[in-house]
Amino acid sequence: MPLTHTATEPLLSVRGLHVAFRMDEGTVHAVDGVSFDVHPGQVVGIVGESGCGKSVTTRAVLQLIDPPGRIAGGEILYRQGDAFIDLARQSPRSRLMRDLRGADIALIPQEPMAAFSPVHTVGAQIVEALMLHERLSRNAARDRTVELFRDVGISMAETRIDAYSWQLSGGLRQRAMIAMALSCKPRLLIADEPTTAIDVTTQAQILALLRDLKQKYQTAIIFITHDLGVIAQMANFVVVMYLGRVMEEGPVDDIFHAPKHPYTKALLRSIPSLQTEARTVLPAISGTLPHPFNRPSGCPFHPRCTDMVPGRCTTLVPALRALGPRQAVSCFLHGSEAEPA
Amino acid sequence: MTRYITHRLLLLPLLLLVYSFVIFVIIQAPPGDFLTSYVATLSASGTSISAEQIQALRHQYGLDQPFVVQYLYWLRELLHGNFGLSLEYRRPNADLIGEQLGLTVALAVMSFVLTWIIAVPAGIYSATHQRSVVDHVLTVINYIGVATPNFMLALILMWIAFAYFGISITGLYSPEYTDAPWSMAKFVNLLEHIWLPALVIGIAGTARLTRIMRANLLDELNKPYVVTARAKGLREWRLVLRYPARLALNPLVSTIGWYLPQLFSGSLIVATVMNLPNIGPLLLRALINQDMYLAGAILLIYSFLTIVGTLLSDIALAMMDPRIRMGM
Amino acid sequence: MQLDATVAAGAVEERIAVASNWTLIWWRFRRHRLALFSAGVLICLYIVVLCPDFFATQDPQQTDARQAFIPTQPLHLFDGGWNPWVPAIVGKRNPITLRMEWTTDPSRKTHIEFFTHGQPYRVLGLFTTSIHLIGATDPAQRIFLLGSDRLGRDQWSRIMHGTQTSMTVGLVAVTLSVILGVVLGGISGYFGGIIDQVIQRLIELLQSVPTIPVWLALSAALPRDWTPTQVFLAITVILSLVGWTTLGREVRGRFLALREEDFVLAARLAGCGRMRIILRHMMPTFLSHIIATSSLAIPVAIISETSLSFLGLGIRPPAISWGVLLQEAQNIQTLALAPWLLIPGLVVIVAVLAFNLVGDGLRDASDPYSH
Repeated sequence: MPLTHTATEPLLSVRGLHVAFRMDEGTVHAVDGVSFDVHPGQVVGIVGESGCGKSVTTRAVLQLIDPPGRIAGGEILYRQGDAFIDLARQSPRSRLMRDLRGADIALIPQEPMAAFSPVHTVGAQIVEALMLHERLSRNAARDRTVELFRDVGISMAETRIDAYSWQLSGGLRQRAMIAMALSCKPRLLIADEPTTAIDVTTQAQILALLRDLKQKYQTAIIFITHDLGVIAQMANFVVVMYLGRVMEEGPVDDIFHAPKHPYTKALLRSIPSLQTEARTVLPAISGTLPHPFNRPSGCPFHPRCTDMVPGRCTTLVPALRALGPRQAVSCFLHGSEAEPA
Repeated sequence: MTRYITHRLLLLPLLLLVYSFVIFVIIQAPPGDFLTSYVATLSASGTSISAEQIQALRHQYGLDQPFVVQYLYWLRELLHGNFGLSLEYRRPNADLIGEQLGLTVALAVMSFVLTWIIAVPAGIYSATHQRSVVDHVLTVINYIGVATPNFMLALILMWIAFAYFGISITGLYSPEYTDAPWSMAKFVNLLEHIWLPALVIGIAGTARLTRIMRANLLDELNKPYVVTARAKGLREWRLVLRYPARLALNPLVSTIGWYLPQLFSGSLIVATVMNLPNIGPLLLRALINQDMYLAGAILLIYSFLTIVGTLLSDIALAMMDPRIRMGM
Repeated sequence: MQLDATVAAGAVEERIAVASNWTLIWWRFRRHRLALFSAGVLICLYIVVLCPDFFATQDPQQTDARQAFIPTQPLHLFDGGWNPWVPAIVGKRNPITLRMEWTTDPSRKTHIEFFTHGQPYRVLGLFTTSIHLIGATDPAQRIFLLGSDRLGRDQWSRIMHGTQTSMTVGLVAVTLSVILGVVLGGISGYFGGIIDQVIQRLIELLQSVPTIPVWLALSAALPRDWTPTQVFLAITVILSLVGWTTLGREVRGRFLALREEDFVLAARLAGCGRMRIILRHMMPTFLSHIIATSSLAIPVAIISETSLSFLGLGIRPPAISWGVLLQEAQNIQTLALAPWLLIPGLVVIVAVLAFNLVGDGLRDASDPYSH
């Protein structure tokens, strides 16, 4: 069934988000001006190296940033009916946020191993969410949980809901996590590296499952990963991040077949392929990720960029510039304006 | 689970046997015996006793037998349920201990309850409101509480009460009730007096427990399952109590077993200072005077309580933590 | 240009990466101002331990029944310029009880000076000197900075000597415990098998025996005619015998866990011998933990010794320890008369507090995972 693209109104619109962590050694700008849109039923993949701010961005959407971090600027516009509310302005403990979490926007956190409480059964934890948001009775919630388990492909669902998370294998645990996230039929699902900790075969199954569920429930998904192969399979729209900034974003085909930003190009080049000749050097990105307190001046990528322009790239920060209806890049080589200091 | 419990219960008599031997060795370790100190006390008060009388007494009490024989004799009596006679008081040990047991237990239980009722909420509050004024105040109180030996606290409180208010808070009853038969009024009087010793005994434990609870909870609050719970939209205090607090409690539960014997011995010093009728001072005198059957009986009871206490806390822990119950 | 930037960035990284573990621990410890302050307090206390006579104003054993229960004479530094003095003692016979009652009279001053000459004494058994930190200008005058007890002995001097005993007992007892615990726990954990089982059962046995009764029993077992030094050593040994089990268990647990760690495997694969692995690779990871645990165990030992001595079972008079001093405070009527007899208790609290704060600071600083 084709996707119903309701106009061009996005479900979630992140504009210029800034998240800073005030530590004893200094302030870390984990997210330094990130903007992207998520449309209903669409999968947005956020890709980047560890520490580039992908998770923090999505945590900010749910106002789950713990001190010493705080949202230092920007807007997170979420569409409810015809109006948008700015989630960045909400208090983390407010009624509004609590009603949204789990019911409208759900999270599949990064470590399924530790994401369930070890002393409560997985079923009990899902029943809790159902009773809270869907106002079901305990029995009705239990039945619904069994259904959910079947939906996500967990066999022997009736017995499995009374299992503890550590009694389940990695794949089953991840499925249970997905069941919990989808239990209250959220409009937006944030999947934080859902396939990083599991083996490739299970990974393929989980990805297929997510695609099916997306189709069935018309949920939009923000998919975070550092694996470009997964992005290619799952995403409609890709956001490439580095050191807390968006380097490039656009429809998946454009990103993969016509990348603009040097970082995107370097990432795509560095994927090992069976097609390359034997005994060629694996093209890696030169240099290392800078220390968070040691951010480079100017464009954050310039120390590792092969096409860097000395003088411009070392001193000025490129802003995100639209190159098409949905593609944007922040690079001086592609016409970005310098950001005001 | 049941297999685990039965296994431990079967070990109980064996352990007690080993302990009984160790205890006997310790009691007999000081040179001389009961009669030596008895004679010394007698001569200090001016009475003299002839060598034949001493020898006769020694034979009567069986103190002239070799060590192993004395031990086996004691063991045999114990197995018949006979705790023996106190050499000093000339009364059955069972009676002596029995008289003090009730109050000792009452004091211990009260301290225990007070400690946990105060410490757990204080620890939870401290951890969730880190660096707040209340947290800092509680931390200071905790540090001082742990640093103060409990007899010091008893002394200070008693002094303040006496010097500034002219009341004496030693003993468990006001003078008119001490030897009176049990009645409602006496019970009320007991309650009026008992809370203070219970508090004194409990304070160091409370301070320590609060600190541990706070530290454990701080550890747990950083774990991923807390994020998951929050992301589900639960209210903050509800999720704290249901998830991290529950897990932070586990290590504490495993220490409950140590409480049982500790409360008896912790109260020993305070009981001596505050002149409370308690098994503690009884043991102290027995040890000093080498009243071996009495001391042995009391020490054996302590050991028994320790073993039982450890078993109970292990069971409690298994009940609370499915990972242990199902043998992860 | 790009290469320079990379190299420069790398060089900055290097500067952070090279600080050794001990330096890191020191940096982190330094930030806990409270722990740092407490460490200073401890250093002061241990200076007193080294040379209590220097700080004492007179012979701690000197009695004088006529000067019993003299209240404290607080130190004043200024009297029209730098001229330290304490209020003089005046005695008045109570007409009703016919007892001498002492008070301090600030209008009459006894002048004191620092670094006076007083009774000669030996420092650490090495050399003799007679300089004291503080003393009355008139050498015949006795001053009682913290009052006197029922036998007319100066409490300040007795506290100084008591500090020496109590702090030493704590330190030595814990050192012995640590040695026992590390050796036995290490053997148990590293070799495993039967040795491990035997040592484990021993630890369990020792741990489940209730401590205070055992101390009492062991202390009561000490013959009455032993010299104070012998008693002191025996008490130390008793305290350490009871305390080593916790550390032993922890060390064993650590060894067991570390044996399976990847870095140990890597060391083995690189060809390191067993001794080298233990000393250079495994030990440093928990050495800091041992230090932190020990500094938290010392106050426990100190409180234990204080309690034991208070009950009359530990250090015995004429030896002096904080617990012995507190024995004088047992009687409520006496306390009401002479509340300054509680001051040794305050010293205990301060010392234990300092140890706890330092221990906590060390523990936080040495745990690499707490940041």
